Amino acid sequence: MSDPILSVHGLNAGYGDFQALFGIDLALAEGSLLGLVGANGAGKSTLFKAILGLLPRGREAVTFAGQPIGHLRPEAMLRLGLALVPEGRRLFRSLSVEENLQLAAQGGRRGDWTVERVFDLFPALREKRHSPSQSLSGGQQQMVSIGRALVANPRVILFDEVSLGLAPIIVNDVYAALPAILQSGISAIVVEQDIERVRRMADTLVCLNEGRVVLAGPSADFTKAQITHAYFGG
Amino acid sequence: MSKSVIRVSLLLAVVTLILALAPLWAGRSDLRLIGEIMAYLALAVLWNLLAGYAGLMSVGQQAFVGLGGYMLMISTVMLGLPPLAALPLAFVLAGLVAAGFARLLFRLEGAYFAIGTWVAAESVALVFAGIPALGGGAGMSLPTDAVRSIAASREMREFVIYWLMLGLGIGTLVGAWTLIRSKPGLALMALRDNPVAAVSVGVNIQRIRFWTYVLVAAITGVIGAIIFLQKLRVSPQAAFSLQDWTVAVIFIVVIGGIGRIEGAIVGTAVYFLLREILGDYGVTYLIVLGVVAILVVSFSSGGIWGLIERRFGWSLMPTARRMTDR
Repeated sequence: MSDPILSVHGLNAGYGDFQALFGIDLALAEGSLLGLVGANGAGKSTLFKAILGLLPRGREAVTFAGQPIGHLRPEAMLRLGLALVPEGRRLFRSLSVEENLQLAAQGGRRGDWTVERVFDLFPALREKRHSPSQSLSGGQQQMVSIGRALVANPRVILFDEVSLGLAPIIVNDVYAALPAILQSGISAIVVEQDIERVRRMADTLVCLNEGRVVLAGPSADFTKAQITHAYFGG
Repeated sequence: MSKSVIRVSLLLAVVTLILALAPLWAGRSDLRLIGEIMAYLALAVLWNLLAGYAGLMSVGQQAFVGLGGYMLMISTVMLGLPPLAALPLAFVLAGLVAAGFARLLFRLEGAYFAIGTWVAAESVALVFAGIPALGGGAGMSLPTDAVRSIAASREMREFVIYWLMLGLGIGTLVGAWTLIRSKPGLALMALRDNPVAAVSVGVNIQRIRFWTYVLVAAITGVIGAIIFLQKLRVSPQAAFSLQDWTVAVIFIVVIGGIGRIEGAIVGTAVYFLLREILGDYGVTYLIVLGVVAILVVSFSSGGIWGLIERRFGWSLMPTARRMTDR
């Protein structure tokens, strides 16, 4: 296996005196999809925050493309090639669909992913391009949120609970875009509650429980029962 | 440029022209009133940028109005410069002091930041009250020869000061509108909507906040210099008045519509309308102001303009932009 594009070594992180993550190790191979599972409060979102610098972490704790990035500020991540699709979508509600994408494009890197290409991937957004993002359906908002990550032309995207609050059929629509994204050379970590879906999609699986890695390896190596067992701890 | 932008620009140009010709059609007291309205419009637009867009709830803007006022005295009395030279100096002084404050205050968040700005403003007021050469606690008047150097006749002086205030009011409004529509403005609106997401799309929040704070303070300083050029007298109580330069401005922005350019215009109109109608009734006036504020924020957190926007979909000063790099 080639060197991982993103790796985490012995990461400890938390909120003030409260430690939420204990010695996390994780490696994302270039061009692959890593599924991150775990119960609520297991530390999945905290791990994303720590990777992105929204929480303090050690300089050497996070490595991106071979360089330690643990000392960098969050706004530097996009320029570096590390994008987030945040939980709850967090669109800029008074900006139009196009402005949401435009802003992310300004803050990111140059590359093949343009606003137009995002509209090709999610045709539903093209006709809404000048609408305020607030007027969109939940699924469309999620598409804008993913598009916002894409136009920054990242090397890695962190997807935080993309399916949260969406109807199952819409979730399928949103996830249908994932193969095209991976094919363009982007690697990804996906946080998802639907274990079966993660097992099918992901190359590698990592399960967190109470801030520790309790299971890690190629997805194909685990049965659903094993994952469920690790998920709930025991 | 879209049609609506051209329409609004034309309307603004016509209004500005009519107001610029006010010395021909308005009396002395009307000129003073319009000038004062313009000063408050500028202060409201600036505080709106600060609190409504950059998320900096400052209650210490009186520090910069006061600094501007005192810069007028320092430059004319101590340095012997003509009064109008105080305007650029006030810009620089207020901007520098704000940059210094920012280093300390930006460590604080939310309510702590608000209180910090207030304390900072009080400290500045105490410093100036303690300088005997500037009249100490009693303050001082602008020397008559300095006043005469603005223009020979009293009438012409009043016109000059009026035009300065008009230029500042309209200039600040147009400047803020242009800023919001520009590239950094997109980041500013994103910051207003969702600071966490703004960071994750690469917006440097600290830098945007710093420059917004410093620029707003610098222009507030210029407004202060002009206000006290009209008053011809400065004292610590008047120059650093929390009531006059911050509380009234917050009232204007909140009832007009925080985070909206139009909010400052509507709020200023409502504030002066109430003051002109009820100003003589003392306590009744204050009660009405309070009740209006409570009613507006209870029924529309976006103020009066937020309500209009939602109800009719109006946008007086459109901020939406189209992609240009395609």
